[in-house]
Amino acid sequence: MLPVLAEANSLPQANIPDIQWLPLIPHIVMAGAAVVLLTIVSVAGRWLPGWFASAWTAAAGLAVLATAIPVWIRVDQEGESSTIAGSIGVDQFSVFIIVLLACSVVLTALVADGFLHRESLDGPAFYVLLMLSAAGGITMASANNLIVLFLGLEILSLAVYVLVAMHLRRAESQEAGIKYFVLGAFASAFLLYGIALVYGATGSLNLADIRLRQGGWFAYAGSESSSTDAGMQGVPEGVAMLSADNGLLLAGMAMLLVGFGFKVAAVPFHAWTPDVYQGAPSPVVSYMAAGVKAAGFAALLRVFFGGFLGVADDWQPVMFGLAIASLAVGSMLAIVQTDVKRILAYSSISHAGFILVGVQAATDDGVASVLFYLAAYAAMAIGSFAVITVVSGPGDEGTGLDSLRGLAARRPLLAAAFTVLLLSQAGIPFTVGFWAKFEVITAAVDARSFWLAVIAMLAAVVAAFLYLRIVVTMFLESPDADAPRLSIPRGPAVAVVIVVLFTLAFGIYPEPLLNLADDAWLNLRLHAH
Amino acid sequence: MVTASWYLILAAALFTIGAVGLLVRRNPLIMFMCVELMLNAVNLTFITFGRELNDIGGQVSVFFVLVVAAAEVVVGLAIVVAINRRRPQATADDLSALRG
Repeated sequence: MLPVLAEANSLPQANIPDIQWLPLIPHIVMAGAAVVLLTIVSVAGRWLPGWFASAWTAAAGLAVLATAIPVWIRVDQEGESSTIAGSIGVDQFSVFIIVLLACSVVLTALVADGFLHRESLDGPAFYVLLMLSAAGGITMASANNLIVLFLGLEILSLAVYVLVAMHLRRAESQEAGIKYFVLGAFASAFLLYGIALVYGATGSLNLADIRLRQGGWFAYAGSESSSTDAGMQGVPEGVAMLSADNGLLLAGMAMLLVGFGFKVAAVPFHAWTPDVYQGAPSPVVSYMAAGVKAAGFAALLRVFFGGFLGVADDWQPVMFGLAIASLAVGSMLAIVQTDVKRILAYSSISHAGFILVGVQAATDDGVASVLFYLAAYAAMAIGSFAVITVVSGPGDEGTGLDSLRGLAARRPLLAAAFTVLLLSQAGIPFTVGFWAKFEVITAAVDARSFWLAVIAMLAAVVAAFLYLRIVVTMFLESPDADAPRLSIPRGPAVAVVIVVLFTLAFGIYPEPLLNLADDAWLNLRLHAH
Repeated sequence: MVTASWYLILAAALFTIGAVGLLVRRNPLIMFMCVELMLNAVNLTFITFGRELNDIGGQVSVFFVLVVAAAEVVVGLAIVVAINRRRPQATADDLSALRG
């Protein structure tokens, strides 16, 4: 044998990990549909009808939905696993979020259809970025590896920065874009530094590894004898030296929480939310409120509930504080706003507080309640911003509370639909929003966080006032005499009908959705079966 | 003797300089540079830990971070160019239409 070949044989072989393709199909379909759409429109754009991009995006969302169902069934039969060297988790938790993101994409595409034409922003850019962003969100929701999670977060964020700034003739849109970008990049840097510190403290970027290494971990650093613990196998030599105390891990967790807190708009990392929601094009806001928040919370749960469950005592008090701050600030500051988009931005902050109430419980019931809340909030938020898209009129300007004055007289059905969505956000019984709040508060009570449950209920009462204020403006005030006649495009109308039916159907009979959320276990597995 | 902690302290110092710079400077381009400084401080942290742990993961992460940083600058500069077309020489203080 040639000496060169002999040498080559003695080199370590590259380890090609096993890949399960079935759970990766939703990722591929979502990202692939975006790229293919861009190609089709650049090659054959002038022969295509105006609705093509929107219909393509809706179809892509439905295709992702269809390809996610076999994954759910397979996990149901064979249990959780992971693929690509443990970096992508195959579990029902991620499938739930994938389905949620796919539905957000479909509904946002419907909302955007008439809007882009009205604002002369026709073109595939909006839809391509929307699908790419959702592809990033899917990766975030199923990442079992911190760097993969970071990549997903950046794919999601970069696309949304552009979407926010894409209304080129509106100065507010660009201002919102640069604000969101600068603060978002700042938060990503914190998140990344947190990942680096956690890596240093635990010696791994894999969440399942990180969780294994916490059991009795800090005892290991002090004494050699406990190195035979089951959880300690395969820990690199250097790790013990670096984590002489758990300060490194705690600092890393704090940094990670800054990054996630920004993405989900939790107080005190919420400062961008009202400005960006007000400045960004309305359909983009509906996607941000539904999709970006869901992906952010999914990643937060994967890292903290999945990876750091062993040190839950350390992060639960912080979540407790974030939840209270978000509930208080979101509900109180919404009352003094005069712009509907700003009101709903503060309401989205207060909803983040409610979801954190479920996260803080750090139980399986808590995770299920968070998933249920995310699904309910996604529907309510997309519907509300679809109504605002229609009402705001040309230039996306009429977002003041006065533009809703007398909507009941001008467009009774639209006002009725908006009322249902607002009452659901307030948590009135027989709407899905009631069950969402009920579930997170139950989870908090079961985890013995009684004070948090009490504060959440008080915040719900305060927040109810601001939703009722919008309803009163629509029904009890008379419309301006010169108010233009509202035309409701077909896309937003269909989207609003779908979410109102969702809100009422699961409000009256929530069991199917509750069962799905209960089944969506978050269980990190290091190896494929 | 230069130990790992020296590198970690340097990285923490660079990260802090970047974070403070982003908060106090008003020129959008300088703010981008500060973000880059923060990301590169993280890269240094990754490399140091990777070496100490004798693990390839830390060094591989750096490549991903570099790519993300490049993509982030592309998007950021595009937004800055769009704003500059409308209002030349705008600083962060000029962009204050949205408040309340």
